[in-house]
Amino acid sequence: MDDLLRRLLGPDRPELTCEQCFAHLPAYVELHVVPDTQFERCPTCMTPAECDRESDCLGLRAHLDGCPACREEYESLHALVSDEQAAS
Amino acid sequence: MKPATLPAVEPVEPPTDPATATTSSLLPRDEDSRAWLRDLRSEGAVKEQAVERLHALLVRAARFEVARRRPTLPHLRGDELEDIALEAAGDALMSVLRRLDDFRGASRFTTWAYAFALLEAAVKLRKRAWQRREVPLDPEGWATIRDGALAPDGEAEQSEVLAAVKQGIEQALTPHQRNVLVAVTLDDVPIDVLAERLGTTRGALYKTLHDARQRLRRHLSDLGLEPDRSQKERN
Repeated sequence: MDDLLRRLLGPDRPELTCEQCFAHLPAYVELHVVPDTQFERCPTCMTPAECDRESDCLGLRAHLDGCPACREEYESLHALVSDEQAAS
Repeated sequence: MKPATLPAVEPVEPPTDPATATTSSLLPRDEDSRAWLRDLRSEGAVKEQAVERLHALLVRAARFEVARRRPTLPHLRGDELEDIALEAAGDALMSVLRRLDDFRGASRFTTWAYAFALLEAAVKLRKRAWQRREVPLDPEGWATIRDGALAPDGEAEQSEVLAAVKQGIEQALTPHQRNVLVAVTLDDVPIDVLAERLGTTRGALYKTLHDARQRLRRHLSDLGLEPDRSQKERN
């Protein structure tokens, strides 16, 4: 979808809230940064079958698409943990 | 200083439906995280040293965030940025210690703690960036969306959707939903800055934004338009 429409309409799938996003963000970042991290569904999972199939938290991914502030915080935590991982 | 408006984590009940059960444990899996919890929950010198180490960790994370955002904040001096980093780390330390029991071991303790420092620093920097700026709350701001604002591919179809979205903004949203949607998605006002100006929370404001988007999607659906499918078909 065009970027303008995507910003206006937000994600087209169920998404976590900002509060849930903050709670699950550390594990989500480690899933994408730390090798051999196993995917585990969050306790508030809305789409268990799809999340298991993709081994990813789709509700959190959708929220990051819709919430610019949480997206920024995800990118920062991703960068920090990646740096730390590279240094170890 | 009072910590920034951290998202309040809703109590998470363990799922009872086996179909949705997860394997998350309540105890950290790695020894390092267990040691952090043990030391921070102890007393005397052990606790003091752990708090000191935690503070150093949070200062590092807050400085990391400040450094990442520095290019977008040319008007702030180095010492101001350092003050923000230290303040963010201090507030994050208070939050982490207060919410130690919320740590469920789904990640390393350090990653969990970093999130607080990054959030505190990010919120402070966003607020500082908008400190002397007026937050545009123009109920007619949506009308400034240019008809030619879309990418060239699929222009005709997307223009039809955009025209319907504009109509939806005018007809299907409440004035509050309209203000929030326009400010956050078109005027790039950070959601926590807007929340502060409107005297509400980031979570509540995102709920408003989410509801507004749902209404717009319903409006499009009522008109027989499916923007997501159109895009997928083009790809």
